[in-house]
Amino acid sequence: MKIVALCGVGIGTSAILKVNAERALERLDIEADVTAADIASVKLAAADAQVILTSSELVPSIGKTNADVIIIDNFFDLDELTAKLETALG
Amino acid sequence: MSLPPLPLDAIDVGLHVPDWRAAVGAAGAALERSGSTGPGYTERMVGVIEEFGAYVVIAPGLALAHARPGPDVLTEGLSVVTLAEPVAFGHPHNDPVNVILGLAVTTGDEHVHFVAELANVFNDASIIPALAAAPDAASVRSLLGITAPNGEDASTEESS
Repeated sequence: MKIVALCGVGIGTSAILKVNAERALERLDIEADVTAADIASVKLAAADAQVILTSSELVPSIGKTNADVIIIDNFFDLDELTAKLETALG
Repeated sequence: MSLPPLPLDAIDVGLHVPDWRAAVGAAGAALERSGSTGPGYTERMVGVIEEFGAYVVIAPGLALAHARPGPDVLTEGLSVVTLAEPVAFGHPHNDPVNVILGLAVTTGDEHVHFVAELANVFNDASIIPALAAAPDAASVRSLLGITAPNGEDASTEESS
């Protein structure tokens, strides 16, 4: 299982999303590899990913992908992340 | 791993700004004032939002302004700006914004060390309204759980 946390430049928000996604996955007792990526590298990073986590603002930049794109409104809300990951992966 | 140092001059409380550009500009000015960044970094933070949109508004009321590492980042740093009146960044869910964090890192790796700590602080949903309501820079710093940098005069903190 591979999950990509996506942000514009790959250093700020994607790292926060990665940390909190890992915490949500731990709650769900799901094993997954979470990778932080930026728009420039998403094609490669998400080639074999099941899920892309990102902000609604960045969805148009992702382009075609086989992964499920999950929009996260509040990157710090573990309840939102847990619920959305559970829906996507359950 | 702890958050980067947050000198009091990296904090600006209760600013009046007309729009998101000025808000990001204030976060950039605070980074520059505290010695973390040089000229140009602020414009690069604005450029990230121009290019990718308001995704930096990562929680209700909170923007994390940042740009890639570069020669204009002198040392890793954090700044905090709170606004007297919130401004819109154009985010569909999390506008309006009244707390802006400015972030500067020298390498991607370095950043990841303290991002977990940042997440710890902000996983508590009450922190953003508390920061927005903080009366002064010392209160902001104590809400974030950051101690004064070495060598900073304790009396400065009390009087600010």
